[in-house]
Amino acid sequence: MSLSSKQKATVKDFFSKMSTRSDDIGAEALSRLVAVYPQTKSYFSHWKDASPGSAPVRKHGITIMGGVYDAVGKIDDLKGGLLSLSELHAFMLRVDPVNFKLLAHCMLVCMSMIFPEEFTPQVHAAVDKFLAQLALALAEKYR
Amino acid sequence: MVEWTEFERDTIKDIFSKIDYDVVGPAALTRCLVVYPWTRRYFGNFGALYNAEAIMGNEMVANHGKKVLHGLDRAVKNMDHIKESYCELSQLHSDQFHVDPDNFRLLADCLAIAIATQWGSAFTPDIQAAFQKFLSVVVFSLGSQYH
Repeated sequence: MSLSSKQKATVKDFFSKMSTRSDDIGAEALSRLVAVYPQTKSYFSHWKDASPGSAPVRKHGITIMGGVYDAVGKIDDLKGGLLSLSELHAFMLRVDPVNFKLLAHCMLVCMSMIFPEEFTPQVHAAVDKFLAQLALALAEKYR
Repeated sequence: MVEWTEFERDTIKDIFSKIDYDVVGPAALTRCLVVYPWTRRYFGNFGALYNAEAIMGNEMVANHGKKVLHGLDRAVKNMDHIKESYCELSQLHSDQFHVDPDNFRLLADCLAIAIATQWGSAFTPDIQAAFQKFLSVVVFSLGSQYH
């Protein structure tokens, strides 16, 4: 399910429109992940407060979103471009890859809330595919 | 049995009293068919579904979207007996329509996104959590009679 060149263009275009709100979307998406899927808090037991909207959650959401934007720039070779991030997730963080899907869904919810007009079904399809490809690239080094 | 907090019960009733079924139903089903194209396999008699524009303009899709959304009403009215309420519908989807139950989860995700586009920031994390919990119970119930 690789991205067509039209879908890559759609993704780049939408992410560029989104860039002024990317921090909000990142912070909000991670907050929603821990709110809607409480089991994901298990990865953040080292934080004093891993509840939705807390400072560490928002800050980390922004970091993650930064990584996603970085991946947009590497959209033509996600596996190659995300090699070191994949090693990090595989050997150090060991996040179960099922959670990438859950976070992707929360990101899509935030995008649709903040950009309801621009987040058409076609844009939704392209971004969903991109996030799935990103997740695959992140899981590349797992086994 | 599923335990519901007062907030969750109120939230579900509130959502379904406020949404426009004629907008949200079609929007959710449309997104499902566009974003997850393999779901089109179940709608062979719906006419033109070959691209996003065709799906978005398809009247049968729109009507079916409304029907499916109203299919959730019985769960809203019967939150303590959702599994039982869907016994028959589950059998129908299994034995007559032969729908892979994973598709219910995909449609549920599209429904959350459809409501998010309508409500914006009013669709708070707590509300999203309650709504998705409700949908996951319905999804489970619809798959419960598969054999």
